[in-house]
Amino acid sequence: MALVNPNEAVADSQPLVSLRGVTKRFAAQRRKSTGVLAVDDVSLDVAAGDVCGVIGYSGAGKSTLVRLINALEPINEGQILVDGQDIASLSGKQLRVARRNIGMIFQQFNLFASRTVLGNVAFPLRQSGMSGANARGRAQEMLDFVGLADKASNYPEQLSGGQKQRVGIARALAPNPTLLLADEATSALDPETTSEVLGLLRRANTDLGITMVLITHEMEVIQSLATHVAVMEAGRVVEHGEVFDVFARPRHPASRKFVGTVVKGVPSPAEAAMLRERHTGKLVTVSFTDGAASQGEVFQKLGAAGVPFELVYGGINEVQGKTFGHLTLALQGSDVAVDGALSTVREVAEVTEVA
Amino acid sequence: MESLLELQPLFWQAVIETLKIVSISLIFGGIGGLLVGLALYTTRAGGVLQQRVVNGALNVLVNTFRPIPFIIFIAAVQPLAREVVGTGIGDPAAIFAISLAATFGISRLVEQNLVSVPEGVIEAARSMGCSPLRIIFTVLIPEALGPLILGYTFAIVAVIDMSAVAGFIGGGGIGNFAIQYGYRQYDYVVTWAAVIAIIVIVQLVQFFGNWLARKALRR
Ligand SMILES: Nc1ncnc2c1ncn2[C@@H]1O[C@H](COP(=O)(O)OP(=O)(O)OP(=O)(O)O)[C@@H](O)[C@H]1O
Ligand SMILES: [Mg+2]
Repeated sequence: MALVNPNEAVADSQPLVSLRGVTKRFAAQRRKSTGVLAVDDVSLDVAAGDVCGVIGYSGAGKSTLVRLINALEPINEGQILVDGQDIASLSGKQLRVARRNIGMIFQQFNLFASRTVLGNVAFPLRQSGMSGANARGRAQEMLDFVGLADKASNYPEQLSGGQKQRVGIARALAPNPTLLLADEATSALDPETTSEVLGLLRRANTDLGITMVLITHEMEVIQSLATHVAVMEAGRVVEHGEVFDVFARPRHPASRKFVGTVVKGVPSPAEAAMLRERHTGKLVTVSFTDGAASQGEVFQKLGAAGVPFELVYGGINEVQGKTFGHLTLALQGSDVAVDGALSTVREVAEVTEVA
Repeated sequence: MESLLELQPLFWQAVIETLKIVSISLIFGGIGGLLVGLALYTTRAGGVLQQRVVNGALNVLVNTFRPIPFIIFIAAVQPLAREVVGTGIGDPAAIFAISLAATFGISRLVEQNLVSVPEGVIEAARSMGCSPLRIIFTVLIPEALGPLILGYTFAIVAVIDMSAVAGFIGGGGIGNFAIQYGYRQYDYVVTWAAVIAIIVIVQLVQFFGNWLARKALRR
């Protein structure tokens, strides 16, 4: 991330997006049925340059939450500041101007079928008053950025899903927004295309400095792209923090479930019983949760202490260059040797005995 | 057959009169239908100009007048025609009635075709900061253009059909010609000449409409 000039520290401390006690209720469709509380008292800050991933199960309120940020839906309570501007208080015209600073991409791409690829990317520029020639020039630049310069005169229906999303990204970034909202931008794509699109978004963040709020139900997306993560459940943000912290030490059950999809944690009692049937020796779980220790270090210490071991459960993962995860080991040898070895391991990682 | 040869000048005059009635009615009805259709679509719940009361009123209006059989409608709006175009008979009154009926009919066609534009595409335009009017003219209409052209082609054929009834209130055109010189004189040759003239016009319109729609859809 960019070096912070101490003089700018004050300005930098103001988040680009700030939600305070935001609540969104959808009115009941029929009489008697109660309305839906889609977003419930959410407070969340996104600093400039951050990539904030919002994860949650279907119906958690993720889409509603992002659609509040550019005021596609009005809020019922709370306050939303984008770049210091109170979005809910803006008039129609002011809001339209503010939206030009907030790009948005969608799961279904939402390209204009009646326009060429170039026409799609030039559209937001034309509508904000740029001349045709300038808009086409800028659009061509953006197509270069997403690697689709040769598709300029094609129509969306002639593109693959991944290409469509790249056009969507080019279109969203063409007006040079400070913030990009992405609603399940990769959920309609296969794994390979997903990583292509994620790579492109990462470049938009690092090369163009665009702040992002991206919604997903896939932990891999958070892991590969986000700096921060907010976990949503039933309209509330139940956990929020830096990606590494949430991945390494998830506190809320919902967060634990999501983290569990990318990395195996501590064995459950039933799993522990099975492990004990299949393996001899003392079972311990070594946890890497502060990003400092590496598994190699731990293995070295065990080797130096002359304690043979077997890896029986768990997994190690990396986010933002930091290792985290839990490894359950079966340690062989005398109690004294094992205890001695574990005390050296404890110097670098957390060790718990499997109950 | 001789009678048809004799009537030839009248026949061509009737064809021209039909074309005149149809095209003038289409200008008014086509634009009126587009406006009412856009209003029906954009004022509905979740539309870019959401307006419950307006939408409800428009729906009642369209639903009331659209199902009336045209031969009854043309007679029923005679008093209104007298107010608006100054006469209850002849071509002007017929054009007035056809324009009005076409407005109601076309408005539903327009509304239905606009509904087919994916919601997400409109949301994308809103997220870019487009105003409702800009969304209507640079997103909605272009995105629905292919089906709209086919809808209008259908509407033109319906208007030609309506124009045949103009004779009922003293208007001219092919329909009037067929009744006056064919039906009333028991001259099937004349009647069928009128039928063929209508078929040819309809075929030409349909062919042209299909061609234009194909171009718009690029298929
Ligand atoms: N326009 C609307 N009118 C009424 N209820 C709505 C509307 N939009 C969303 N909801 C309700 O709000 C809740 C949250 O929906 P939302 O689309 O934000 O969930 P989500 O987390 O994005 O889910 P998914 O992962 O399936 O996209 C749901 O219960 C949904 O039914
Ligand atoms: Mg959603």
